[in-house]
Amino acid sequence: MMMTHKQLEPADQPQAPPQNPPAFEAAVVEPAPSRQPGPRVTVSDLSAWYGERQAIAAVALDIAPRQVTAIIGPSGCGKSTLIRCLNRMHEVTPGAHAKGTVELNGVNIYAPNVDPVQVRRVVGMVFQKPNPFPMMTIFDNVVAGLLLQGGASKRELEEMAEQALRQAALFDEVKDVWKKASGASLSGGQQQRLCIARTLAVRPEVILMDEPCSALDPIATYRIEELIGRLKAEFTIVIVTHNMQQASRVSDFTAFMLAEEDRIGRLVEFGPTARIFTNPTKQRTEDYITGRFG
Amino acid sequence: MAVVATSPSTAQTLLTARGRLRRRAIVDRVATALMALSALAGVIVLLLILIYSAINGLPALDLAFFTERPLPPGEVGGGVAPAILGTIEMLVVAALIGVPIGMGTAIYLAEYGRGSFARTVSFLIDLIAGLPSIVIGVFVWTWLVRHVVGHYNGLAGSVALAVIMIPIVTRTVEETLRLVPDPLREASLALGIPRWKTILRVVLPTARAGIITGVVLSIARAGGETAPLLLTALGNQFFSYDLLQPMAALPVQIYTYARSPYADWQVKAWGAALILIVLIGALSLLSRWVVARRLGHS
Repeated sequence: MMMTHKQLEPADQPQAPPQNPPAFEAAVVEPAPSRQPGPRVTVSDLSAWYGERQAIAAVALDIAPRQVTAIIGPSGCGKSTLIRCLNRMHEVTPGAHAKGTVELNGVNIYAPNVDPVQVRRVVGMVFQKPNPFPMMTIFDNVVAGLLLQGGASKRELEEMAEQALRQAALFDEVKDVWKKASGASLSGGQQQRLCIARTLAVRPEVILMDEPCSALDPIATYRIEELIGRLKAEFTIVIVTHNMQQASRVSDFTAFMLAEEDRIGRLVEFGPTARIFTNPTKQRTEDYITGRFG
Repeated sequence: MAVVATSPSTAQTLLTARGRLRRRAIVDRVATALMALSALAGVIVLLLILIYSAINGLPALDLAFFTERPLPPGEVGGGVAPAILGTIEMLVVAALIGVPIGMGTAIYLAEYGRGSFARTVSFLIDLIAGLPSIVIGVFVWTWLVRHVVGHYNGLAGSVALAVIMIPIVTRTVEETLRLVPDPLREASLALGIPRWKTILRVVLPTARAGIITGVVLSIARAGGETAPLLLTALGNQFFSYDLLQPMAALPVQIYTYARSPYADWQVKAWGAALILIVLIGALSLLSRWVVARRLGHS
């Protein structure tokens, strides 16, 4: 099942903004080979702002279907902004806006006739801090996104919730209390798996994870990483992480972002994780990977 | 300052620190005592009011007090039943008007409002909150009593009370909504739940306790208002549930009875005051119980 797609050569890349061409070289972008069929996200010339302040500039990358793509980089490099642009959550922040295109299976999600609410049903998101709805039971948390689609009977909801909880490797731990206990009563790691289950229940095609383990202990982190490894069989996953070991453990592709003195994040290098970590093309990538800064 | 390294001066540093520590401990104790005293002062005033109303009001409480209408001056006996029912009816109608408006304003200000319109609304709410209730009474009197209905009526009383409730509901609910963490809103939006549904299903339930508190607070505040009711509902010595007729209310009844020369009426004023306190206290306890029960459940 080969899926052909446009090969992105460096020459095809949108150039850095014209006002300061000499300062920033174009990113080295190695095309993500598409061995898998499935939802594909193609970002081109994406810039984002918070009010007047630009956070990322001219990002272009091609996210492989049913693979894990990690976005790494030091604090303030715009990696969270980038991932939030992929399901139009960026614009939820007051004053924030984005320009450029993000194509999901060939449809630009920034096209004027696209409803961001629909985009978010296809591109789910897991956040840095586990954020289950505290006033809802575990069950209600999982079906929160499903309820709005309506039409499902109580039994169907139960089945879908159980399936999502099993997929998120949480069902066995909560099956005795899931109709009674609040989502907030779980441990941090369980809460994060509940948030993943809640996202899975809506049946998205792409799952974005914004530093999903940074608030968790090593064992909980290990369980989430294991889960990511299993979920990529079905979903396209993009994960932002501070932790380079985590990126090298879980991801197939890695994008390295960096903000120079102007504090605007740009993509520096993007390619297969194995190559980025062993043989980076750019000096800045190598410096960061080897811990010389950041 | 450059004495850290050698041990004698370290000891000295520690000794001076001990002197400062003692001073801090004294300041700490004095400040704590002062705050405890202010808390005590507040509680004592409340207790005095409660005890005094109870001592003076309890003798008035008999079955007739709760079931009968007030008797003409000079006759001993009768009760304040029309006032109890009138207060409850007017408060219910006022809440039906004021709570939705206040909630809507609060949701607008906390969830949507930006820019100059929101700032203007916010300023006006503060202004209404600061209006003396007699002014609200005069306004409603001019409008609803003189022009629309033509005579004193219970609906005008309810509207005046609703105007008093709106800023209280708005402010408390708005503050509570702002306390709901943004990550919860984001979690809901990221599930593809539209913004209005996010507010209804996630934000409002999370803020439930604060919302109920705000509503109860506003009802309690409106329940004790006298001045605007004198100009609108007027009071009534007879049983009347017609919102378009003058309606009795506890605060008005207390006012009439308390300034009367008859000993029996004065005792009844105390009794009515006690009933008013108990009504509002019960409402407040009920809301707390509801909130605690729902929380414990989930």
